[in-house]
Amino acid sequence: MIKTSYLVIAAAATATYGLRLGGLLLAGRLPGSGRFKRFMDALPGTILLSLIVPAALAGGLWSWIATACTALCSLTTGNVFLSMIVGVVIVAVSRWFGL
Amino acid sequence: MGSQSNFAQLRAGFIANLVVAASVGAYGSVLGLLAAKKGIDWLELLTMNLFVFAGSAQFVAVDMWLPPLPIAEITLAVMVINMRYLLIGASLHPLFIGKSLGHKALFIHLVADENWAMTMARFRRERITTYFLLGGGLCVQFAWCCGTMAGHRLGAIIENPERFGLDFAFVAVFTALVFGFWRGRRDLLPWIGTACLAVAAERYLPGKWYILAGGVGGALIAALVPEKATEEPGND
Repeated sequence: MIKTSYLVIAAAATATYGLRLGGLLLAGRLPGSGRFKRFMDALPGTILLSLIVPAALAGGLWSWIATACTALCSLTTGNVFLSMIVGVVIVAVSRWFGL
Repeated sequence: MGSQSNFAQLRAGFIANLVVAASVGAYGSVLGLLAAKKGIDWLELLTMNLFVFAGSAQFVAVDMWLPPLPIAEITLAVMVINMRYLLIGASLHPLFIGKSLGHKALFIHLVADENWAMTMARFRRERITTYFLLGGGLCVQFAWCCGTMAGHRLGAIIENPERFGLDFAFVAVFTALVFGFWRGRRDLLPWIGTACLAVAAERYLPGKWYILAGGVGGALIAALVPEKATEEPGND
């Protein structure tokens, strides 16, 4: 007898995997030209931006400052790790002092 | 592509994602602690990591974990949170062109926000392959499993990651990568639209729908802007 817990995990896993593979296969069936192509080409940037903006906004002023400094650091150095550290330190310090 | 270069790609992907490994591990340890409190045993948690492999969805699933287990509700909640993977999967299509169905089915599983972003940023600049994506997935998965197992067996390494700004680590990494996604002035209108839609949706819709609203809405703007406006000389 399979424990219910593993049924729940299997259902959640199937749903998640279905979305990942479904998206990939669906994209292969869309026409690769015209408006569909422009939609698909723009998609990576718009997804990433959607991940960033509300999360950065939710943290208030210091979160915005940290985001701006991270962006600036990334633009000038091109170093992802350094840019991340800059942002995290600003947020951590501002919280430490209850700003 | 020979096996040597596949391995090199795998390695490069793994290394590129080490940037987020510490934060992934810290959040994993919090999830591990919560799971232990809910009476989820380590094998169940590990199985969930390996097969669901989606951070925020797993947090919600563990939160809803009260006997008798509401299988339909948990599955639905996980599906809603992970709806963005439909878009993320679709956006990976250019990387998978020419690959067999089996290859797609195998390599698409280990896709998280982090290694997806890292892969797409690199894909704009270099000829990378699906092995880069997989290497990143293995890195994130490894950090996730180490973190969750440590949290489950020993308690959270860091009880409150927010205190150290670790919640911001993900936003910061995405921010550092976002310039690699910028394709020039034709992105201006779609990106402004995306930001507005994502913020509005985050305010008025529950859960993670804002990622879908911003992602689809912004890309629709790009699709509907007349072709002429997108013709642009230059190096973008």
